[in-house]
Amino acid sequence: MKNNFIGSFGKFSIALTFLWLCFFAFLPFLLVFIASFLQRGSEDFLEFSFSLESYEKILNPIYLEVFLNSFELSLMTSIVTLILAFPFAYILSKLPQKLKAWALLLTIIPFWTSSLVRTYALVAILKTKGVLNGLLLYLGLIEKPLEIMYTGSAVIIGMVYTLLPFMILPLYASFEKLDFRLIEAARDLGANNFWILLKVILPLVMPGIVAGVILVFLPSLGMFFVPDLLGGAKDLIVGSFIRNQFLTFRDWPFGSVASVILTIFMLLLIFLYTKVQKRGGRVDENELL
Amino acid sequence: MKTNFYEKLYLGMIYLFLYLPIFVLIAYSFNNSKYSIEWKGFSLKWYESLFKNDSLIDAALNSLSIAFLSASAATLIGTMGAVALYRYHFKGKQFLRSMIYILILSPEIVMGISLLILFVLVGVKLGFFSLLIAHITFCLPFVVVTVLSRLSGFDRSIIEAAKDLGASGFYTFTHIILPSIAPAVVAGFLLSFTLSLDDVIISFFVSGVEFEILPVKIFSMVRLGVKPEINALCTIMFVLTIVIVWVSQFLMREKEV
Repeated sequence: MKNNFIGSFGKFSIALTFLWLCFFAFLPFLLVFIASFLQRGSEDFLEFSFSLESYEKILNPIYLEVFLNSFELSLMTSIVTLILAFPFAYILSKLPQKLKAWALLLTIIPFWTSSLVRTYALVAILKTKGVLNGLLLYLGLIEKPLEIMYTGSAVIIGMVYTLLPFMILPLYASFEKLDFRLIEAARDLGANNFWILLKVILPLVMPGIVAGVILVFLPSLGMFFVPDLLGGAKDLIVGSFIRNQFLTFRDWPFGSVASVILTIFMLLLIFLYTKVQKRGGRVDENELL
Repeated sequence: MKTNFYEKLYLGMIYLFLYLPIFVLIAYSFNNSKYSIEWKGFSLKWYESLFKNDSLIDAALNSLSIAFLSASAATLIGTMGAVALYRYHFKGKQFLRSMIYILILSPEIVMGISLLILFVLVGVKLGFFSLLIAHITFCLPFVVVTVLSRLSGFDRSIIEAAKDLGASGFYTFTHIILPSIAPAVVAGFLLSFTLSLDDVIISFFVSGVEFEILPVKIFSMVRLGVKPEINALCTIMFVLTIVIVWVSQFLMREKEV
């Protein structure tokens, strides 16, 4: 249906949504971009003179290392969540209908629960006198408590814990669409499990994998409260870096540069996602909610 | 298809991983001891001291009012926007669509600092209004997507029929479209409400000292260590979330019928 007549109410709806998002989403993004080319002001936060200083500064190995460490942490988080979520989503999609509804509800609850509350809950488990150590000592598996808190591992555990539902749900949406008869056909034709996984299942659920990785990777770069609560001083992620530049050091142009890099990276990932979407079946964003 | 024992075991272990910390937190909130992990008997004293803590109660009330107002505004604008996106073809439609999906995916910190820059440049004082605007903005795309998903099953010929019978755009919206997408609108509202109630990162940048909201307050408190009152507070928030999720799932499930 092509209908080009738009009544006044329709025009108003479009204008309202459009203007709101332009003014409070698009314009602010543009301002960050502009700010990244400005100088740090002595009185105000920004001085309006063009400079590439902040871009040069970020190439300093000290700052590059922050980025690399953060990307490494996010990559590790994505890999671990993918490994944990892949079989989970597969089994979930095979459950009988009634059980599936409950299982899905149990997966969605953490998805909706505050990640701060969940990260905080993890502290009680991981701390030296916490539940995990108590259990392991009781079972006699360890002799002295493990020091997990305030290490890099605690940060990874925290990220995996808070972001796991974000990987499970898009993967599940892909598995739901998977025609299991294809697997049977491959088996009848003599393929073993390994080849079925590699040549049949993986290509078909690829959109779900990419969607899941994006939903885990991107937030994990910014969630500064996870290393704040669980990690040591060394675990500076891009998010903590930006936060510090804006609120502690008051160097807005420098913080903006980091934010611009993050935005460019996000657009690249989204571009990759649309590519995969075109090849395979599309994971509907709506199904994530 | 059958699931075998090992597969069920695996599901159970992941659920244990997801829920054990939360259950431990809930148990601690009723524990009569402050630091020990040992069970020292059932007690409601942390809930009592929580309700005596005026600054926490204030922050909770602020959070609830921001969540209610921003969810309402986002639902109103988002529903109108989603219906317009579904009904009409207009210039910039693709741009609007892309902006909505990019906003859903963009890291919160990027949105947080970009709004901070906007507010400081325009001269909006950080507090109630800055928070409200920020929360409406990050909830809006989720409402649009939720409502659009419901509209995808909507029969367009009904709109055509209404128009042929002389209904205006607004009348069609309120009398034809809205009643049939109502569950998605409510689900969008509930999702926005929880998103707003839970948001730490964006709020962290755009809130001021005079108007504190719960997540930012909790964040500043838990950085200093575990406190039993916070366990009680988090338990309440968790229970509230479960209720909201349950209601919204109930509403969204209807569409398959």
